Amino acid sequence: MSEYKDIWVFVEQREQKLMNVSLEILGEARRLADKKGVKACAVLVGYEVKGLAEELIKYGADVVYVIDHLLLKNYTTDAYTKVICDLANSLKPEVILYGATYVGRDLAPRIAARMRTGLTADCTALDIDENGLLLQIRPAFGGNLIATIICPERRPQMATIRPGVMKKALIDEGRRGEVIEIKPVIEEKDIRTEIISIIKEARQKVNLEEADIIVSGGRGVGGPEGFKLIEELAEVLGGVVGASRAAVEAGWISSDHQVGQTGKTVRPKLYIACGISGAIQHIAGMGGAKTIVAINKNPDAPIFKIADYGIVGDLFKVIPALIEEIKEAKKKAMA
Amino acid sequence: MDIIVCIKQVPDTSEVKIDPVTKTLIREGVPSIINPEDKNALEEAIRIKEKYGGKVTVITMGPQQAEEALREALAMGADEAYLLSDKAFAGADTCATAKTLATMIKKLEYDLVFCGRQAIDGDTAQVGPQLAEQLGIPQVTYVKEIKIEGDSLIVKRILEDGYEVIKVKMPVLLTATKELNTPRYPSIKGIFEAYREKEVKIVTASELGIDPQEVGLKGSPTRVIATTTPETERAGEIFTGNVKECVQNLVQRLVEKHLI
Repeated sequence: MSEYKDIWVFVEQREQKLMNVSLEILGEARRLADKKGVKACAVLVGYEVKGLAEELIKYGADVVYVIDHLLLKNYTTDAYTKVICDLANSLKPEVILYGATYVGRDLAPRIAARMRTGLTADCTALDIDENGLLLQIRPAFGGNLIATIICPERRPQMATIRPGVMKKALIDEGRRGEVIEIKPVIEEKDIRTEIISIIKEARQKVNLEEADIIVSGGRGVGGPEGFKLIEELAEVLGGVVGASRAAVEAGWISSDHQVGQTGKTVRPKLYIACGISGAIQHIAGMGGAKTIVAINKNPDAPIFKIADYGIVGDLFKVIPALIEEIKEAKKKAMA
Repeated sequence: MDIIVCIKQVPDTSEVKIDPVTKTLIREGVPSIINPEDKNALEEAIRIKEKYGGKVTVITMGPQQAEEALREALAMGADEAYLLSDKAFAGADTCATAKTLATMIKKLEYDLVFCGRQAIDGDTAQVGPQLAEQLGIPQVTYVKEIKIEGDSLIVKRILEDGYEVIKVKMPVLLTATKELNTPRYPSIKGIFEAYREKEVKIVTASELGIDPQEVGLKGSPTRVIATTTPETERAGEIFTGNVKECVQNLVQRLVEKHLI
């Protein structure tokens, strides 16, 4: 097993643009590689993507393996599994990390099964233990438990990482690294699925992950009309609207607003939870917010335990008063 | 068309409680359900059978009580059910689970294998692709729509910002999302048949002819070494009483922190 070394990151690009999650994981891989004294390597797969390699070096990669081929232009399970397994079998990385995206979560288990190794899904933290093993930390049972998982006897150790939880390294324009082009062995007959079209849906993008201020509503909001009040508060603060699973499942707001274990992980500067009781499943997605404000009529709601500030009261009275007060404060600040 | 559907019996996670001392799940009194997206998979399989003919076989790996989940699946309209149950299967991770399911499925005829996208207790979404690889067939995950064209399928696969349309020849493994359909409730006749006429076949490790080293905890590459409850408590300042005063206090704090 000692022949296995280095930490790899599968770098996802779509239409020759790097996915944010890949840079986040690269930042973490850098930290882990330094701790172990090995290299952090990026595996960049696609067609005409070599130009992206320099950026990966600036974000922390020591080595970028570029696997470039026309048949790799769009993601297919068969092609990507084959080229990555081929490379991993010959170079023997100790760890491979993937983003827990719609691509990463399709690809990583297929690779794990082919390489007969373990895989941990949707990790929210990673570390290296005293024996040099990768500690893979993830929520389980709807965020009610946090489990630490290892893969002691098989290699590579593999995990998918939840988008939005790791921090990108600061870009270092002066960083130097090695770009190695790999010639993949791939033919059309290796790919058993045919992509007929890729359709972009023109839905309004809810960018919760990058918002500085999020105002979220839960069961206590009572219905779609209640969310108008949440929207209004978000608007005066220049924030984005979030929601708990209960509100999404009730059909009051679309699922792209959902924060929590089954929704998005956010870490804004300010998170205002309105009518949200604070189920662990929700806290799993927003516990990293810098400042948490809770508005809830139940003084025993668990959300108050994790809040920096709380108001016990009826949100239909508190929020309109809060909106007025914020407008006042902004006026004063302008004067 | 022969269709296999893999299902899992799970605790209803909205009801899950954790023992604060042992940090383990309190399973007592928590209702067990068929994993929601496995139900979408099952519903789709039954619809395809109703339209094109054939047979739907449901398989689960689990303890004896998982038979309830299979009976429910039979009541919805599945034709045959296998419960892979053996002490040797206990403690399996997704890899060992896929191995066990694959060993069973290889004994059966099939055109399509369905799984749910992911189970609500583990949220891993790994067993489907791992099973497809073990069976040596292609996979399409995150499926929200299926059309059958001869010996091929045209499926819509969800992406972060839309979806892709994929053509694939059978046999293939698909993982179903909740967008695919709304699962039916079993009819009275269905329930009657499930308990009186249909059979749940129980299959042990030796009947499966599988090496006990390859299944359960022994066959699992991953190990859970610790579980904890998330610790996130903050010493907060809670305002009660007069709404106006509460709001003024809060805004003052937020202004001081330069958040407004």
